[in-house]
Parts: sequence; C-alpha cells; structure tokens
Amino acid sequence: MTRFAPASDFRRPVDDRYQLAYFRFSPLDDERYVLTNQAGEYLVLPRAVLASFVKHELPSTHPAYSRLRSRQFLFDASSNLGRDLLSLKVRTKAKRLENFTSLHIMVVSLRCEHSCPYCQVSRQSEDRSAFDMSEETAEKALALIFQSPSPAIKIEFQGGEPLLNFPLIQHVVRRAEQINQVAGRSLQFVITTNLAVVTDEILEFCRQHRILISTSLDGPAALHNANRPRPGKNSYELAVAGIHKARNALGHERVSALMTTTKASLSQVRTIIDEYVSLDFPGIFLRPLSPYGFAVKTKFYAAYDVDRWLDFYFEGLNYILDLNRNGVPFKEFYAATILTKMLTPFEPGYVDLMSPAGIGISAVVYNYDASVYASDEARMLAEMGDKTFLLGNVHENTYAEIFGADALLDPIEQSFAGSVPMCSECAYEPFCGSDPVFHTATHGDFVGLKTRSGFCNRNMSIFKRLIALMESDVATRELFLSWAN
Amino acid sequence: MLRLSGFAASANIEESAPRSALRLMTSPTCPTPNPDHDAYLFRGNTSDPGCRWVVTFEEHQAVAEKLFSDRRLVVLPDYFSYLGEGDVVRFAPDRKAVRVLFRKEANANYFLLTERCNHLCLMCSQPPKDIDDRWLAKEILEVLPLLPATTPFLGITGGEPTLVGEDFFEILSCARDHLPSTPIHILSNGRTFKDRAFAQRYQAIGHRRLSVGIPIYSADPEVHDYVVQSKGAFDETIRGIMNLKAVGAEVEIRVVVHKQTYDGLADLSDFIFRNLTFVDHVTFMGLEITGFTRANMDKLWMDPYDYRNELRAAVQYLAAARINVSVYNHQLCLLDDSIHRFAKRSISDWKNEYVDECNGCAKRDGCGGFFSSSNLARSNHIRAFS
Repeated sequence: MTRFAPASDFRRPVDDRYQLAYFRFSPLDDERYVLTNQAGEYLVLPRAVLASFVKHELPSTHPAYSRLRSRQFLFDASSNLGRDLLSLKVRTKAKRLENFTSLHIMVVSLRCEHSCPYCQVSRQSEDRSAFDMSEETAEKALALIFQSPSPAIKIEFQGGEPLLNFPLIQHVVRRAEQINQVAGRSLQFVITTNLAVVTDEILEFCRQHRILISTSLDGPAALHNANRPRPGKNSYELAVAGIHKARNALGHERVSALMTTTKASLSQVRTIIDEYVSLDFPGIFLRPLSPYGFAVKTKFYAAYDVDRWLDFYFEGLNYILDLNRNGVPFKEFYAATILTKMLTPFEPGYVDLMSPAGIGISAVVYNYDASVYASDEARMLAEMGDKTFLLGNVHENTYAEIFGADALLDPIEQSFAGSVPMCSECAYEPFCGSDPVFHTATHGDFVGLKTRSGFCNRNMSIFKRLIALMESDVATRELFLSWAN
Repeated sequence: MLRLSGFAASANIEESAPRSALRLMTSPTCPTPNPDHDAYLFRGNTSDPGCRWVVTFEEHQAVAEKLFSDRRLVVLPDYFSYLGEGDVVRFAPDRKAVRVLFRKEANANYFLLTERCNHLCLMCSQPPKDIDDRWLAKEILEVLPLLPATTPFLGITGGEPTLVGEDFFEILSCARDHLPSTPIHILSNGRTFKDRAFAQRYQAIGHRRLSVGIPIYSADPEVHDYVVQSKGAFDETIRGIMNLKAVGAEVEIRVVVHKQTYDGLADLSDFIFRNLTFVDHVTFMGLEITGFTRANMDKLWMDPYDYRNELRAAVQYLAAARINVSVYNHQLCLLDDSIHRFAKRSISDWKNEYVDECNGCAKRDGCGGFFSSSNLARSNHIRAFS
C-alpha cells in the first residue's frame, strides 16, 4: 500500500522568516490599503493585516499569506521562483520602450471651417500658404518617421481640419506606402476629422489605402452644435451623416469618435453616452478638457475643477456599468486603458499615462510649419507662447538632433515617476504616468506639486474607484477584465 | 466500456517468442505485408493477404486452425470483435496476453511510454512503478511506422515520459518522420524541461504539431507540492513551462479540480494569466475515480456541483483574459450555463459512458458524459436538460 505524506510535510520550515519584496502601499479608504508589486499587480488588505505583514508577523496560515507569496510581495523558503517571475513581468511591461516612437502625428493644415471655442489650435483662414503643410515639409517628416526603429508605424493626420488639405494626405499616404515597400513596417493611417467636408472620393481613397477615421462627437445635437459652431449650425448633422457614410465605405469598426468635455457637458453624461450607444459605438472615452490653447484663453478650463469633472466621470462610469448589467456591452476607454495596466501583464502604451513619459518616444508631432513637437499638447502649449517642447525643425535638424534634444530628454528624465517626489512611493504609480507637458502648462515645471496637481487628483481618484468597484463585486471585476487587453 | 486487454489462445507460436506488435489487415491490399508486424484479421470470409500472422476470434477458431495450419495464429476472446483494419495489438506469447495499442476509429489513442515517475500524485490514474520498462519505448518505435499517416491525434503518457531520456527524443523523431501532420500531445509534469538544453533539444525535433500538457494544481507551491507529493515540484514545473515557451514550444496547463484544489482556482487563474500569459491552453479536468484516487477518496472527492461557482469564475476569468480555456471530463448539468461553451467531450471513447438520467437529455450529444469508473462516486445533481 502506497503511503502518502500529509500536507504538513510540504510546508516551509516553521523557523523560516519570510523576506519582504519591494512593494508600495497607499490607503484606499479609511480601513483598507492597496499594495502594488513592481509589475503592477495589486492586493487590497485591511490596515491591520498590512501592519502585521510588514512586521514579519503574518502567519502562513493567514489567507493573505499565500496571495502575497504568489504575487511576489514576499519571498520564503517554499519557492525560489519569485524574483525570476517578477523580473520577467517587469521586462514585459517595459518592452514597449525598446520600440520607440510608433505614433507620428502630421498636422497637414491648421485651417478649419469650425470655430469651436475650446479648440486649441485651429484658424479661420483662406490662406493656404500660411497654414497648410507643404509637400517639401511632408517629405522631410516622412524621412524622419521611417528612421524610427518601431516595427509599427501609425501616421495620424491632424489639423485644423486635415481634409482641407486632402491632396497632401494623398501624397503622404502614397509616398509612405512606397517607402514601406522597402522599410517593411506595420503601417497604418488615421485621419482625425470632423467629417463636415468629407466626400465619396475621399472615402474611396481611404478605403483603398485602409485609412481609419477618427471623428468628433460631443453628444446629442444641441450640445454638439453649441460646442462646435460652424456656418449653417449643422456640425452634428454633418458628423452623424459622415459617420454613416464612412462606415458604409470603410466598415463599421474603422470609424471611431472622440468627445470633448465642456462645462455644458457636465450635467448630461448620460445623454452623451446614450448618443454613442444609439450610434452603435463600442464605447466612449470620457475625456477631461485639456488646459491648453484657446481653452484657457476663453476660461473654459477654469470653468470647472477636477472634482466636478470627476463627478461627471463617475456618473458616466456607473451608467455604463448599468448598461452592461442590462445586456448592452459598452466600454469606457480611459478606464479600459487603466484596467489593462492593473489587470494584465501588458502595457497599453497610452501616451498620457506612461512613465517614462510618452512624449517624443511614443508619439511625436510634425507641425504644419515644419516644427517638431514632443506631443499634441506640446504644440498647443506652443500656440500659447510656450515653446519648451519644441524639438526642432524637419528642414534644419537630423533625426539624432530631434530625438536626442535636451528639450526632449530633460523633461523625460526629470518627470520619471519612479523617482519623482510623492510618485516614487505611491502604490498607484504602476498604473499612472508622468505628464511633463501638463505640469509645465499648469505648474511651470516638468514635475509639478502633486498635492495640487489636477493630473494626480484626477487619476488617483479613478484608480481608487476602479479598485473599490472590483473589490466589492466579482462580476464587475470580470467585466473590467474583458475591457482590459 | 471497451475491454482493451485480455488473454488469447494461440497456435504455432513458441512461448519463448518475443512479444509482437501486430497491425490487423482484412484484405490483400498493396503493399506487401510486413512479415513481422502485419496480421490477417480473419472473420470467416477468406481474402488472405498472405501474412505470416493470423488473428481471429473464438467463434472462428475451428475454421481458422484448419485454413491457417502453417501460420502463427492468435485467437482472441469475442469481446475483441470491435477490432478492425489498421488497429494494432500487442501479443505476448509467454503469458498469451493481448493488449490493444491503437484503434483507428478511436477519438484519441495514447501510448504509455513508461510507468516510472518522479511524482506520486494523490489522484494518479496510472500509479507509478519503479521498474525497468524500457521495452515500452522500443515497442512504440516499432508501432509508430505502422500507423496511418492520417491519424488525427496521438498522445504520449506515463508515468513521466521525459524520464526515459534518449528514447523520448527518438520516439518524437520517429513521429516527426512517420506522422508529420498528426498532433502529438505529451502528458508530462514538466520538471525535466527545467533544464533549458533539454527544452531546446525537444523543440529542435521539429515536429510541427507537438504540444505538452503540464499540470499545475495551485498558485501556492506548498499545495501543489502536496498534491504531487514532491517537495520542490512547483518551482521545477514552472521553470519547465517558462523554458518550453522560451524555445517556442506549445504548452497546455492542466488543472485537476478536487477537494485540495477547488478553492485555489481563482488565485491559480490569476497566477497563470499574470505569470504564464504565453501558454497556449488551460484545461480544467474532472476527477477520474481510478488508480490512487480510489485510495484517497476522503482527501479528493467532492461533488462537482459544489465547486461549480469556483470553476465558473476561473473559466470566465481566463476567457476574459483571452486565454484559450477548456473544461474536460465534466457533465454539462454540473456546470454553470455560462461556461457550457468551454466544455469539451474529452473522455476517451473506450471508457466513456452515460447514465440513466442522461436518457432523454436534450444536451446529451454535446456532453462529455462520464468515465466508466464514475459508478464509484457520482454527483447527486445529475439531471436531464429538457
């Protein structure tokens, strides 16, 4: 008869003292703490359990012990895998860095037929020569784009209204495809457009070249048209007609929409979401208003503070959770990005939530006037007169000069969250990022004071809410996992 | 349940003759019969291909002895009459023992490569023996070339197949050459692959459809080591999986759900996704009441109905994480409706049964049914779907 050993024979020696791994902890609420390991895995523990854990007093028999061990918050004699698993996960999270810049934004025209008060950059002008990108500039930009080591290159056409300079888009797309026959990258194009001036011919070109459309939709007609004035007062009608037309031509999945939040939006998050649901979008990105450009000049940004925006955001998030519970699959994309960081081994690579900051090394902007900026927000800051993040000029500078510029490396180095005061010890840091452009605009330096940072307040509140939601309800955690990835 | 082994009568075969693997033929087809391995399966109507071996059943014994008086004759009990063209049986003349090695019509054929193992799992269905059984590997090397190139699946099991060393690689090379398009699935505890060089050599075999199924029973090393009764097993198995994936091999993780493992399924799923994201398949298996399981029923058995919530949560978690996940050996009436789509009909056909409650069940065709051994312990919640 075979004899089997009891479970106790396989436990670590009773005199084995566990070792604390590197981890961080921050309060979640009055009773509970969030702990995160270096790979961004989290556990929520009551304060008393955390205290006994850090004092090396947590017994192996405590239910938290095994979880702390399998998530590498502690190392003990029962396994020697912890460090290897952890390092593999940290490498996976950081893998994106080696690819360098993948998103290349080309501002092909600053001209626009809309006159949105919150718009950061656009111009009402017929003067093509002053505000359109030239073919020569585009050629130089393309040469820089294909010097990026990234195996995936996405070229996004922005404005103004980029379709007002459609011939340049056609030129760039054809040239990029030609270059790519040798370069062999995974190449993708996006046009960011209000769709007001879209034509069948434009869409046919987009179809032939597999170009994605990203449009603006602020909510129902009254809100959208109030936010986005144009001659004819029909921005909404043109956008919706354009969405249907573009979907027919390119395929449903190839058309996405972004909303801008204004003071008028704050009270109607449900109707905004309903608008996206009824137009059959898979989700919505409930965006904060950025502190740049005209938004500041017109006092739009000051018109509401982060707390009011958070009320708006959480009301929207709750509403979206209700929709899902009632069988309508719908995502909030900002939460989805954060949840990917929280719940998966992967790094989503969202420019505003990366550390080191994504400026330049994840996304870069080639402006209409040949200047190169570290991000879309950086060029908006420049429109306000602050050219801190101007990296160079496509006609005057080499790739090495632009991407090795102090104007890029200094802010990336100084704002690295792993070494920034208050970020370096924050348990939420693995989910967060650093935004030197935002803090330059609001605080006057790359780092900012986190206790007064709208960026910190907004993101911390969202992190805590998402974790609290998952802790209170398994179904929500499962739903959130399906949003991640 | 089909009986796969038994005893035969024989004629013109010396007791000292070596055991032989015999491929059954029913008609004189080209090519020329292999004199050592091809046997004519005689069912009463003669279409003799001229094999040196003849296999028949008791009901035809008298005729066969007359017709094939100069041949090596093996007479099987009638319960083997399910055998047919292309099947392979082993005949051991000393004990006159017969074992079916391969059935062409089976949903899955497994070869036992060794009974030796460095685990002693509480629920082992094939209790290990510390014996010299290298002849098993030699036999597999003889049999593989006899199998049809269209064989849809082949499993290699043990014991721990990697313990046989050189023979392990020789068998895989043989499969690569003779069965290049047959998926070959190896059931291993993965520990040998902790040696990167072993994993590299395995991958270098170059069979395009090779995969390994490796069990992990808990995210807690102490629980896993207890279930497999071997200290340090967890670490070596995880390292083995990491090495296999590092060299590009296909890996399935197998989790047997029972009393020692069900409450750790949530943490295990999380551990797999966060640490072993790159695995190709995760399967949750029901307990088979055979081998050591019978001796450890008190430590292992629980009504699967009582862990259905834990199983549902684990499956849905991994599915949401975009990991390919399946449930094996479970009856649909014991699974939460939401995970029916992950349930596979996984029980080998020869030991797959249904019970009285299944009569009239609307989902019977899609249900995996039971192991034959389930009469020893069965859920109290078996019911027909209407």
